[in-house]
Amino acid sequence: MRSCRDITGLVSQGMDKQLSLGERLAIGAHVMMCSRCRNFQSQAHFIRTTAQTYLERLQDESEKKS
Amino acid sequence: MLLKSAPVTAPSLSEAVLSEHRPVLFRYALLKLRDHELADDAVQETLLAAWQTAAAYQGKAGLRTWLIGILKHKIADHWRHSAREVVTTEFDQLDNPDDEADEDVFFMSNGHWNGGPTTWNDPEAALKQQEFWAIYETCQNNLPPKMAKVFMLRELVGLEASEVCGETGLSDANYWVTMHRARLRLRECLEVRWFNQSKKENNHA
Repeated sequence: MRSCRDITGLVSQGMDKQLSLGERLAIGAHVMMCSRCRNFQSQAHFIRTTAQTYLERLQDESEKKS
Repeated sequence: MLLKSAPVTAPSLSEAVLSEHRPVLFRYALLKLRDHELADDAVQETLLAAWQTAAAYQGKAGLRTWLIGILKHKIADHWRHSAREVVTTEFDQLDNPDDEADEDVFFMSNGHWNGGPTTWNDPEAALKQQEFWAIYETCQNNLPPKMAKVFMLRELVGLEASEVCGETGLSDANYWVTMHRARLRLRECLEVRWFNQSKKENNHA
C-alpha cells in the first residue's frame, strides 16, 4: 500500500505526463479511501486553473494600462 | 545539397510557423516585463529576428526553445537600455537547503499527511473575488525563487515539462519533486490564507 506522500507525488506527475496503468489504478484505489489525497487531487487541478486565470487577468490588466 | 534545389526561404520557418509560438512567447515576456506594450514589442522583435536569421536555426533544440533564447536577449536588451533598476533573480543558484525539508512539513515519517488538505468550499467562486487574487499572488510570490520559476514556466507560460527542464537545467527527477512541492506549498498557503478563513464550519482535523 502506497503512502499519501507517494500517492500525491504520483498525482502531481500525472498532471504533466502519462502515468502507467498500475500507477493510475493505485491513485484511484487510494483516493477512493482517502479524503485528504482526494482533496489534494482536486485542489492541484484547481491551482492549475487558477494559475492560468491569473495570467489571463495579468494580460487583461496590462492591456488596460497601456 | 538540398539548398541548391530548394527555394531560398526554409519553408519550415514560415511566418505562420513562427506565429504559432507567439502566445507562449508573449506570456513569457509579460511575466518578465509586466507591461503589455513592452512584452508585445519584445515578441515582435523576437519573431522578426527569428525570421531574419532562420538560416541560423539548426533545429537541434526545439523551435520554441530557440525562440525563447532570442526573446531572453531582447528582454535583457530592454533592461540594459532602460534606466530602471532591476533585481534579477539568478535562477541557476542551488536550491536553498531549507527546501529539502519541504515535504517533511507536509507529511509524517510514515508518509501520512501531517494535517493535510481539508475540503474547500466552492473554490470556483473564489476566482471571481478580487481579494482572492491578492492572496494567490502572495502565495505564488512566497515560493522559493527557483520553484516559482519552474512553476510559472509550466503553468503560466505553458511550456512542456521537458522544455521547463531545458530552461532551468533541472533533471527530470528534480522537476517532478519541484513541481510537487510547489503544488503542496500553494495548496497549503491558499488553504490557510483563504479557504479556512472563509470557512464557517468547524474544522475536524
